[in-house]
Amino acid sequence: MGILDSKIPSGPLADKWTKHKNDIDLVNPANKRNIDVIVVGTGLAGGAAAATLAELGYNVKTFCYQDSPRRAHSIAAQGGINAAKNYQGDGDSPYRLFYDTIKGGDYRSREANVYRLAEESANIIDQCVAQGVPFAREYGGLLDNRSFGGVLVSRTFYAKGQTGQQLLLGAYAAMNRQINRGKIQAYNRHEMMDLVLVDGKARGIIARDLVSGEIQRHSAHAVVLATGGYGNVFFLSTNAMGSNVMAAWRAHKKGAFFANPCYTQIHPTCIPVSGEHQSKLTLMSESLRNDGRIWVPKRMEDAVAIREGKLKPTQLGEEERDYYLERRYPAFGNLVPRDVASRAAKERCDAGFGVNKTGEAVYLDFAAAIERYGKEKAMTSGIKNPDKETITQLGEEIIEAKYGNLFQMYEKIVDENPYKTPMMIYPAVHYTMGGLWVDYNLQTTIPGCYCAGEANFSDHGANRLGASALMQGLADGYFVLPYTIGDYLSDDIRTGAISTDLPEFEDAENEVRGRMEKMMSGTGIHSVDYYHKKLGKIMWNKCGMSRNEKELEEAIGEIAELRKDFWENVKIPGQADSKNQELEKAGRVADFLELGELFAKDALHRKESCGGHFREEYQTEEGEALRDDENFKYVAAWEFKGEPKDAELHKEDLVYENIELKTRSYK
Amino acid sequence: MKLYLKIWRQKDAETKGQIVDYTLDGVEGDMSFLEMLDILNEELVSKGEEPVEFDHDCREGICGTCSLQINGEPHGPDRLITTCQLHMRKFNDGDTIVIEPFRAKAFPVIKDLIVDRSSFDRIQQAGGFISVNTSGNTVDANAIPIPKEDADKAMDAATCIGCGACVAACKNASAMLFTSAKVSQFALLPQGQVEAADRVQNMVRQMDLEGFGNCTNTGACEVECPKGISLENIARMNREYLSATTKG
Repeated sequence: MGILDSKIPSGPLADKWTKHKNDIDLVNPANKRNIDVIVVGTGLAGGAAAATLAELGYNVKTFCYQDSPRRAHSIAAQGGINAAKNYQGDGDSPYRLFYDTIKGGDYRSREANVYRLAEESANIIDQCVAQGVPFAREYGGLLDNRSFGGVLVSRTFYAKGQTGQQLLLGAYAAMNRQINRGKIQAYNRHEMMDLVLVDGKARGIIARDLVSGEIQRHSAHAVVLATGGYGNVFFLSTNAMGSNVMAAWRAHKKGAFFANPCYTQIHPTCIPVSGEHQSKLTLMSESLRNDGRIWVPKRMEDAVAIREGKLKPTQLGEEERDYYLERRYPAFGNLVPRDVASRAAKERCDAGFGVNKTGEAVYLDFAAAIERYGKEKAMTSGIKNPDKETITQLGEEIIEAKYGNLFQMYEKIVDENPYKTPMMIYPAVHYTMGGLWVDYNLQTTIPGCYCAGEANFSDHGANRLGASALMQGLADGYFVLPYTIGDYLSDDIRTGAISTDLPEFEDAENEVRGRMEKMMSGTGIHSVDYYHKKLGKIMWNKCGMSRNEKELEEAIGEIAELRKDFWENVKIPGQADSKNQELEKAGRVADFLELGELFAKDALHRKESCGGHFREEYQTEEGEALRDDENFKYVAAWEFKGEPKDAELHKEDLVYENIELKTRSYK
Repeated sequence: MKLYLKIWRQKDAETKGQIVDYTLDGVEGDMSFLEMLDILNEELVSKGEEPVEFDHDCREGICGTCSLQINGEPHGPDRLITTCQLHMRKFNDGDTIVIEPFRAKAFPVIKDLIVDRSSFDRIQQAGGFISVNTSGNTVDANAIPIPKEDADKAMDAATCIGCGACVAACKNASAMLFTSAKVSQFALLPQGQVEAADRVQNMVRQMDLEGFGNCTNTGACEVECPKGISLENIARMNREYLSATTKG
């Protein structure tokens, strides 16, 4: 077992969670009033946890860098949330959701955690409907579902293309109810700068008020980090501009192990990069792959002509197109998992079949769906022998009802009408499966420091399935953490309030101030963005969709060099004791410059391909990922030892008692 | 293209602000409006000047963080989008663009183009929720069928991103469109009925306390709303309010 104890309860898989909930210690309601909990991050996991903990009676303080909890980046999730409700009667069950998730994650996640997630999934939908989340419904008034990649059932609940927004507003409303009761104090426009440990336990944080620049001390009996993923280490990603790894990285440097940092999800359907000025990438929901068909021209000369603007995609007939996902993966077709779809797009573009100016784009085409829906609608509306125009018009109306907001978003950004000409898409960094290592209780290796949602490493293995991030965030926040944390807090009922005058707080505050001063003293000419963009290029080129030993080694050296340059030279105008967006960015980029190095080290050590981690040296003859279960069937948890490249590896062996390890096949 | 920018600069909430002129060259049509400002800021930082601060986060039109009054219009000249989705192809070489913060008594300026919209949070805290505990054993999600039309209307109201464009567009700086969107979402759903009367009264009371103006049915809010929230919601909120206050 080593030093990592995952604390997985004993007993049969399906009974573990129920048994665990019955076994753990509870805190009685009167005592909860004497216990303080800090929640950093107010997205689905943090918002849901904060609301539920406050509802239970704990005193909660929430922190978010945004001006309102409602703006956390969970809001941007588009497609949907999975739940094993089996409302469609297509044979779904918690076991099937569990199985799909383990397989989708390429057998690199913990069985017990994933089963619990699948078990709780149905409760999430009940809870959200009770909160007034307006999920899509059928004409009979019951909830509608759709399909996502990597599965053969329809279990995805959605609210148009704004599912994340509606779920987050639900959690935000639950928070508001507790703010109104005085049980949550919300510190918005505040950033966690460091974690404070007292006697080895997490007992508070140092925060910076982003408006006044004031450095503050906040104490609590436990600290929950729900601060999202670190995709912005690539600079260009679908994350929000402010999304960062600071809270998780600060905790890592104080003793929390960081697990599987190299597991990154590159999402196949994003709007391609248009130029050097680009500040972020926009996702086009995976739900579009329900109806869109992905293709590139079959002939190289057609691809060249399209790139040069001499040929239009609509001029190419069916036989001149290569629907490469349908060709390579007939069973799952356009709905293969994200890692598979992304690599297939890269393969075609690298081979010279890309369709935009830069050669890095493929088509996502709705013409067939428009025709199919149009004919169906004409039939149900009693229109006999409809002409092509009528069919197209009716079909476009259906597509608009399903995906209207996504089509509008595409048109505004690209300036082309996707109803009339196929969308152009390309993979982009979207989600990070890696994160702080947590045990079954979601506790990190620091006692009293918990981690939930995308920020932890727990449930998605090496690749996350679509519509599962929202499920995990809300399961962690509403149904897991509020119970498991009670087991830890039950020892704190006599502790009393933690004083912020303790020397540990003083030291942590001084450290934060020193760090900021050092950053402000840079004497060079380059802005924070200059360094962030350089880091992003190294990450994308050498730690991106495919990786190899030589380039990963280069990346480790280049990132360390860039970090040194940053700390000596970065230029930050203005003062530290007032609103200063450059300083905010600098603090975040400083941590990315460390995380990036650990990321590359992790990718280098994992000499296999699995899920989103593709090592060129380890692939089948057909170019599919080649896993090595004998040597790498473990979670890589890294302990900080001074420099990121000196981190020490701890292994948590993954035990599969209920699922047989197989080569993942979507053919 | 080359642009002449007139940008509101203000050190902090206490200091008086002013319009400052900047000239920016090399702007491309494919850039978003905020990417154009990124380039300006990059130039300012390299000269050792303080960059223009503005609120932004998701840059895909959903978080509601970005604001900006551009040539007198919230989120600029294009319709049904936020500033982060506005692209420079909507402007021409040589244009002068005036960029100001959203203006309202209830949205005090924090710095430059950043305003404090916490008044919106307080309106939601006054009643923008359904009081249901997280138990894991509420009724099954399909136990209460909801007519698709009602669910769709509730969804349309719920898409409000809380950006504040409605307030900035309104000559009275009224927050009726924002408040009514939340009231409507819950009024249209069976789950929201139990607390409906208290909800509308509490939220309207808080809205008035924050210093927002009244609605005089001009409709500018609906035109400028990046999510197309309909004025019908204000009518629904008024009906809800009337029935709540006359119930006795």
